[in-house]
Amino acid sequence: MKGSIIILSFFATGLLLGIFRFFPQEILNYNISFYVLCALMFSVGISIGNDPSAFGQFRNLNPRLIFLPLMTIVGTWLGVIAVSFFLKNRTMADCLAVGSGFGYYSLSSILITQYKGAELGTIALLANIMREVLTLLLAPWMVRYFGKLAPICAGGATTMDTTFPIIVRTSGKDYAIVSIYQGFIMDFTVPFLVTFFCSM
Amino acid sequence: MFIVIACMVAGIVVGYLLRMRRIHFIHRFILILIWLLLFMLGLEVGANETVIRQFGTLGIEAFLLAFAGTLGSVIFAWFLWLTVRTKSVSK
Repeated sequence: MKGSIIILSFFATGLLLGIFRFFPQEILNYNISFYVLCALMFSVGISIGNDPSAFGQFRNLNPRLIFLPLMTIVGTWLGVIAVSFFLKNRTMADCLAVGSGFGYYSLSSILITQYKGAELGTIALLANIMREVLTLLLAPWMVRYFGKLAPICAGGATTMDTTFPIIVRTSGKDYAIVSIYQGFIMDFTVPFLVTFFCSM
Repeated sequence: MFIVIACMVAGIVVGYLLRMRRIHFIHRFILILIWLLLFMLGLEVGANETVIRQFGTLGIEAFLLAFAGTLGSVIFAWFLWLTVRTKSVSK
């Protein structure tokens, strides 16, 4: 839990500095976070490549894990549909569009803003950032109570990049390949599903 | 997206080539980069005035959707986990 609080405090500090403009604005114009992400992925790659025994797990992988992205999609949809009954000024399709971002907040919020306006776009941005943050914070807890696949489904489309390191840390290196597989499939389905629910 | 994957593949190759030497500090470095990325995510959201102004009401709706979506997928992950785990145990 100590690790999660440290992570959250970094996010909160950034949020406050952003609100009060306590940083040079140009930082946001350059895609610095993208380069940091590349550095992160390079480092994660090193940690995998440095331990050749991790590759052996790929062949031992259970074929049933092919259905993992399907579990993510169905589980998310059912959860979001349940909430849509309580949100009176949002239609079920609106809620499904937001949910179908699966944590891919940049792309889903841009698409939803385009089709449905800035308000739902903002909700999509916040909801999908929250999904990512929830996964980062609660990954150890998810593994303990719902098994090692839980943080992968929770991470949705982010399990190949931003939540990948935390999944490898909590579920173990054995699940690195499953995590990449899930992120890869979800990244492709997000634009299709979001557009589909926006057009409903 | 492909650039990000390419970075990781390059990392795997470098890590594999250096496999005779265990790089212990890499896990610490990964953690620091996660901190940095989340700090910058905060900066980006904080600097977006429209998002911050409506943060209250939109935030609650967003949280409900995020929480329910995450919970639903975690429960379905658990279903699959049960079948996968029992299979590997019976092997």
